[in-house]
Amino acid sequence: MSAVRLDVRKTYKMFVGGSFVRSESGRSLAVHDPQGRALDNICHASRKDLRDAVVAARSATDGWAKKTPYLRGQILYRAAEMLETRADSLAGEIARSTGATTGKARAEVNLAIDRLVYFAGWTDKFTQVFGAVNPVASSHFNFTSPEPTGVVAVLAPDEPSLLPLVSTLAPVILSGNSAIAIASEKYPLPALTFAEILATSDLPGGVINILSGNRQELIPHIASHLDINAIVDASGMEETHLALQAGTAVNLKRYARRSLAAEAWFGPAGEDAYWILDTVEFKTAWHPIGL
Amino acid sequence: MTQLLSGSARFRSIRATVPTVDQVTVEDRAAAFTRRSIKTSAKLAGLKMVVSMMDLTTLEGKDTPGKVAYLCRKALHPIESRYDTPPCAAVCVYPNMVRHARRFLGDLSPVKVASVATGFPSGQYALRTKLEETRRAAGDGADEIDMVIDRGAFLSGDFQKVSDEIAAVKEVCGAAHLKVILETGELVTYDNVRLASQIAMEAGADFIKTSTGKVQPAATMPVTLVMLEAIRDYFFATGIRIGMKPAGGIRTAKQSLAYLVMVKETLGDDWLSPGLFRLGASTLLNDVLMQIVKTVDGNYQSADYFSLP
Amino acid sequence: MTMKSKATAKLKVRRAVAVLKPVAPAHVQPVIADRDRRLKFGDKWDYTPAPETVPVKIAPRYELFIDGKFTAPQAGKYFDSINPATEEKLCEIANGGAEDVDRAVKAARRAYETVWSKMPGRERGKYLFRVARLVQERARELAILETMDGGKPIKESRDFDMPTVAAHFFHHGGWADKLQYAFPGRTPRPLGVAGQIIPWNFPLLMAAWKIAPALACGNTVVLKPSKTTSITALHLAAIFQEAGLPDGVVNIVTGTAETGRAIYHHPDVNKIAFTGSTEVGKIIAQACAGTGKRLTLELGGKAANIILEDAPLNQAVEGIVSGIYFNQGHVCCAGSRLFVQEGVFGTVVRKLRDRIQTLRVGNPLDKNTDIGAINSSAQLEKIRELVQCGIDEGAEVEQSSCTLPAKGYWFRPTFLTNVTMSHRVAREEIFGPVLSVMSFRTPEEAIERANNTPYGLSAGVWTDKGSKIFKMVNQLRAGVVWANSYNKFDPASPFGGYKESGFGREGGVQGLAGYVNLS
Repeated sequence: MSAVRLDVRKTYKMFVGGSFVRSESGRSLAVHDPQGRALDNICHASRKDLRDAVVAARSATDGWAKKTPYLRGQILYRAAEMLETRADSLAGEIARSTGATTGKARAEVNLAIDRLVYFAGWTDKFTQVFGAVNPVASSHFNFTSPEPTGVVAVLAPDEPSLLPLVSTLAPVILSGNSAIAIASEKYPLPALTFAEILATSDLPGGVINILSGNRQELIPHIASHLDINAIVDASGMEETHLALQAGTAVNLKRYARRSLAAEAWFGPAGEDAYWILDTVEFKTAWHPIGL
Repeated sequence: MTQLLSGSARFRSIRATVPTVDQVTVEDRAAAFTRRSIKTSAKLAGLKMVVSMMDLTTLEGKDTPGKVAYLCRKALHPIESRYDTPPCAAVCVYPNMVRHARRFLGDLSPVKVASVATGFPSGQYALRTKLEETRRAAGDGADEIDMVIDRGAFLSGDFQKVSDEIAAVKEVCGAAHLKVILETGELVTYDNVRLASQIAMEAGADFIKTSTGKVQPAATMPVTLVMLEAIRDYFFATGIRIGMKPAGGIRTAKQSLAYLVMVKETLGDDWLSPGLFRLGASTLLNDVLMQIVKTVDGNYQSADYFSLP
Repeated sequence: MTMKSKATAKLKVRRAVAVLKPVAPAHVQPVIADRDRRLKFGDKWDYTPAPETVPVKIAPRYELFIDGKFTAPQAGKYFDSINPATEEKLCEIANGGAEDVDRAVKAARRAYETVWSKMPGRERGKYLFRVARLVQERARELAILETMDGGKPIKESRDFDMPTVAAHFFHHGGWADKLQYAFPGRTPRPLGVAGQIIPWNFPLLMAAWKIAPALACGNTVVLKPSKTTSITALHLAAIFQEAGLPDGVVNIVTGTAETGRAIYHHPDVNKIAFTGSTEVGKIIAQACAGTGKRLTLELGGKAANIILEDAPLNQAVEGIVSGIYFNQGHVCCAGSRLFVQEGVFGTVVRKLRDRIQTLRVGNPLDKNTDIGAINSSAQLEKIRELVQCGIDEGAEVEQSSCTLPAKGYWFRPTFLTNVTMSHRVAREEIFGPVLSVMSFRTPEEAIERANNTPYGLSAGVWTDKGSKIFKMVNQLRAGVVWANSYNKFDPASPFGGYKESGFGREGGVQGLAGYVNLS
């Protein structure tokens, strides 16, 4: 009689500085599916994990911003390649976590792949489209160029579980920013698996960091953190919005909100080139023209 | 002292005599040398030349006569004689170790004794003590003195002080030849490296050297190229051949061959000799020896088979 | 102060000075007399041959690529393609006739109407991304083929041509679904079928420059490679097949000038893009006049490379060398007229003379070769004729002294001094490793002389002063100006000429305009 084979279950860790780590607090949370069945445990991120993620993001941002736009585009395209290769696996995660049908889950993954391809193509074009040579009325060469703002905190909504995360992260990092993303609180597993795609895409460690846990606990520390340059809030929650936007008062960190209903992420509203501008700064330089 | 500005040059800005350096193009040019493909007999000849140009170095606070003994022996006999490899050009040690090196090597050694001096590596000491140190090292038997320039003076614009110190050290060197370390990692820009090279050559340097090896970055291909170009311009202006020594950061045989390519294609055959080109290194030697053995014997080597200096 | 203390005070100062300012002793090395000051670039430590050893397969015969398949030319004619470094025959290439061009245009039209114009930009872009990745994977093989077919050094095809080919496909792949951002206020639509004729100096790269934007903008293509360099275009066709590009979207019709003529005369082609000589460009312009065909031309040049006194001189010499000797001077934007400010003329010429001695001319498949073979015997004849003319007209010739291989088409790096703008060598495009060197006194004079040509493709400016760069950039009548650089290319950077160097741009946002309908 043949024995039943026991499967090796995955431990879902967070993704910080290019490595998969547990929370320094040692805490965990149990994740359930919509029917209340237990799925897996995730790390319960503490403010110290957030602190460490910001440090990792900060040290990565200089090197990432100095890479050529072409190279950043190739890395984003490689993330699309990796996601395409593992599309079935991610779709399975989404279906298992959210109860979505396989078809719907696969459609979500396909869109996520296409969004990565879309934004990969912006890295070496957005400065041409959004920057300018300015015709000033003096003998000066004057140009305006968008530059990455630095370290960006990104909050995903609870659903869909993958697409909004990808759609908000790509426009943030393509210009050279690094990001700390807080995964969906209700359905965190697909986001944590997406970290594995990033880890195999030649993305330098620290450019994207993904934390899981309790959003409310982390929000005051995100809002008050002096070394976060911008927040992209796609959480869709009013109280979160108020708390985070107040963070601007502390250090003038930029705040951008994405208010999309769950279904809207699947449409054109979920893919907007102008989102790139929410996390860039415009540098204008003058230079005399003369012998 | 060769005057910095004479004749029509007096009426041009300093930059006309000491040109600026374009970073992007000089780095491209330096990178091009690394793409030369050096194979078979040229590779073997090149690697042996690298050994003959090496200043085998130990510069640690914990150096002792025993350590220096290992170093000297390795420099004299880097590898078994069947590989027909010359000895190194010199050993490079701290002033306190000079007399031990001299004793181990003897007076007629093909391997020279080079001593760092002048408050190496920082140089942040009074001129008086720097000169005393140099005098003692030369007196203890050093054939070569590797001094450091006063980077503080340079970066605060006191170029005359930098120059005067070099000239003073040269004077107390006696018969020893003087290498002047610019510490390019602290000068940062290529324009600074070019100017510092000029100051050093005019003040009496026999060699200009990139780094102490104690500061990152140490020697790089582009920085070395800038200094080789300075030497070239100086040669045409004065007829004097100055030597060059990149030091620190050259760890692999492949890198060392790229440096030789750069010397050959910038200054030509005359500089491809230990009299005018040295490499300051310690771990490089065994990598070069491993490559020599691989080229002769045909298989990849292991560090276990090569004695530590 | 009393007399005595003043004297003591003076004495003190003098002694301090004496300690700090000794007389510098002599260097260890002897002083070489002025007449003997030379650099010796001899054979101490000669490099051994370093040939590229990866084997590549060249088919004995290549067919046309029409409607997604390799197909024989209807008239069954072929011509030989030879390796200009060895004069050996590499293979046979199909000679496409007018009937084959017609087949190709029909295939392109069908593909455009039924597949390509209906496909969302995002999906079109994905094909281009696939092609880019495949080119990256096959880069080594393609580089070797390019070198064998055209004569350029393997170092260049490997390190410049192939990576830039991939970059063009990758860059334009990203435009396919973003065209509305390139044309504010307009809805861009494709033109239809584009006929493209490319030269032999950067065979695969020119194919990429043409095909990538055309496809990104929704057009389909009939491309004719140059007669002497067809092989890599046909391997690119195989890559299109591997990428699953729908049949007929790109068609490659190899052949002669006749084949090209059939393309630009074909009534069902909406757009013609040509890179080549000004002479042929004018013929094409004539043929297209009144036909409604859109036209872009990228033609010859006689670029001025201007070195000012305050230039970073050693790097300027590198710029001169990459300006005229890169790719054996077979570059339309080559810096073939050197203008040196008189105060540094002697220095620059001396450095240039030394520098060309280290340029290695020879077997293009040797990884150490800097200057490869001249593309054809016809081109070699042209170069020789013009240089001889220069000598006859009184110029002084300087060449490097390297040895050349016995077989093959070679020309040593050369520069001519005692040249003025009235000499033919300073006016006509030589398209070889030959530089005319002239002097100037003021920046205004340099600009005037630089602009004194019917061409206007490119120019170079070397100076340390930023404001001077911008001023000269403004005043030079050239489509591309390189400041403290030369021969830099990027898919995001538009390239194209003023005046008789052609019109239209390739690369960047402006480069897309030639492939869309904005009305």
